[in-house]
Amino acid sequence: MIPAPQDSPWADAAAVPQLRIRNVVKSFDSFAAVDDVSLDIFRGEFFSLLGASGCGKTTLLRMLAGFEFPDRGAVELDGIDLLKLQPYERPVNMMFQSYALFPHMSVAQNIGFGLRSEGLSRDHLEERVANALKLVQLSGFAQRKPNQLSGGQKQRVALARALVKRPKVLLLDEPLSALDKKLREATQFELINIQKQVGVTFIMVTHDQEEAMAMSTRIAVMDKGRVVQVGAPHEIYEYPHSRFVATFIGSINLFEGMAAHGPDGWRVDCAHWGGPLRVAQDLAALDHHQVALGVRPEKIRIAPPDEHLAADNFSDGVVREVAYLGESMLYRVALPSGFLVRVAAPNVGTRFSPGQTVRIGFDAGAGVALDK
Amino acid sequence: MSAGKIVKGMSALALIFLYAPILWIVVYSFNESQLVTVWSRFSTKWYAALLQDEQILRAARISLEVALLSATGATVLGTMVGYALARFGRFPGRTLFSGLVIAILAIPEIIMAISMLLLFVALESATGWPHRDVQTIVMAHITFSTAFVAVVVQTRVSELDVSLEEAAADLGARPLRVFFLVTLPLIAPALLSGWLLAFSLSLDDLVITSFVSGPSSTTLPMVVFSKVRLGLNPEINALGTLIILIVSLVAALSLLRTMFRRRGA
Repeated sequence: MIPAPQDSPWADAAAVPQLRIRNVVKSFDSFAAVDDVSLDIFRGEFFSLLGASGCGKTTLLRMLAGFEFPDRGAVELDGIDLLKLQPYERPVNMMFQSYALFPHMSVAQNIGFGLRSEGLSRDHLEERVANALKLVQLSGFAQRKPNQLSGGQKQRVALARALVKRPKVLLLDEPLSALDKKLREATQFELINIQKQVGVTFIMVTHDQEEAMAMSTRIAVMDKGRVVQVGAPHEIYEYPHSRFVATFIGSINLFEGMAAHGPDGWRVDCAHWGGPLRVAQDLAALDHHQVALGVRPEKIRIAPPDEHLAADNFSDGVVREVAYLGESMLYRVALPSGFLVRVAAPNVGTRFSPGQTVRIGFDAGAGVALDK
Repeated sequence: MSAGKIVKGMSALALIFLYAPILWIVVYSFNESQLVTVWSRFSTKWYAALLQDEQILRAARISLEVALLSATGATVLGTMVGYALARFGRFPGRTLFSGLVIAILAIPEIIMAISMLLLFVALESATGWPHRDVQTIVMAHITFSTAFVAVVVQTRVSELDVSLEEAAADLGARPLRVFFLVTLPLIAPALLSGWLLAFSLSLDDLVITSFVSGPSSTTLPMVVFSKVRLGLNPEINALGTLIILIVSLVAALSLLRTMFRRRGA
């Protein structure tokens, strides 16, 4: 779903971010784990930090929690300088990748742990714990010990324990990585629902791009300690700013060539394609630059060679490999130049087999030109 | 002969080798004869004699007092050392600190004994303190057993997931609360084994104790050793049997406790 404008405060220049991260740098020895990162995160967002392991996303999250302190930069939450506060003073809670449930305490004691230092009355504390258990649908499990719970139940106890403190921001470190695939999908939706119910800003670290796409309002893609692109999932996917983001998120064909203007509008002259590729995007800024035209496999259509393919760009090719994915077919089609193009086709109608000659094509609006 | 039989035979030989002397003490503690090595007939008279022997009872009390105090002191200090080594990262002087702790384990006992005696003597002539009695023994015992506790605790703390302590801090607990509510309960088994180790090290130490003790503070090993030098007395057999009995009871209880826990969980 593409968010409506009122759901995207980042597009509103007047909106005040809840969390401001300004030029944060953190080095370990001489290695810059987080290198000049600035981000604005708004109240109620489900924000994801996405990147491969070692890209600095966890270090950034740990700095928000207070387990690491940046060498330079500023972090402000609702106008308060977070960097002056110790972890136990911050209005921020974290859900750990290992869940970090205290093994010597019951579920109720785990959840109540953070409330014990708040000086609540016994009744009030028990009520808050009971409500938190209800929120994560574990009401009957209060007296269990963590080692008597399944992975999914542990995950929900960890979530309840972090949320019961009513933090301004909840930090989630790879919250679903320890769950199996089926449970992960169900939990994704549950997390989104809980986030909407409590209205707390969620900041999640993940290496799983599908997870980030499915859950986030916005994603910050990180590479080598830097944020390389920030945007809503559909922006990141459809309009990547760089080859790195284009190839990191999903799969993409990159047609390298020179951007140029012709009678039919902008084009990329691609030797691999064996001719000009028509591009709908305005490439004035990239005129006569070496670019890569990125085209997602599912934007490319495939047809028998004799069939008319209504596409702005088309070429003949030979099917080299076929992968049957159930919901779709993934083809690797060799162009006359030998270049392999990935094509994903919905699993309806004609199926093609290796060695077959086919025609592939895509529209001028399907590609995005990348110069970085 | 099959491999299984060889293993069984070797195990039996090893057990006999380990426990035959102990069994011998138990059997001969019920010997009526005055001579340790000659069996005459069954009797419990040496136990009665033991319970009348003021010197041995007093030494046993002192030994227990020293062991309790020094094991507790060593556990407190050793826990602090072990925790610092496992958790405080690369603080300046860490290598030196950890080396000095480990070195205690390797220094010959007699060297430790002499150096501590010299220290106590010099200190006493300079400041009037410490007078050589139970307190100097306790201090000496704490010195050598702290290293053992530190090693045991450091291992356990290193195995402990740091995120448990981080989670506690994240949930609003200050460092001391984190330590007492989360770290301490989770490393308690290591503290207990460290304490027991320090206790038994203290209980049977002879060399260091002999050097640093005073005239009024003779421990059990010192009494036994002096008695042995005057000729073996069957009373010692009775004493040994009682100690073996107590140790086996403690071991059996802790074994039962672990078995019960496993079933309960």
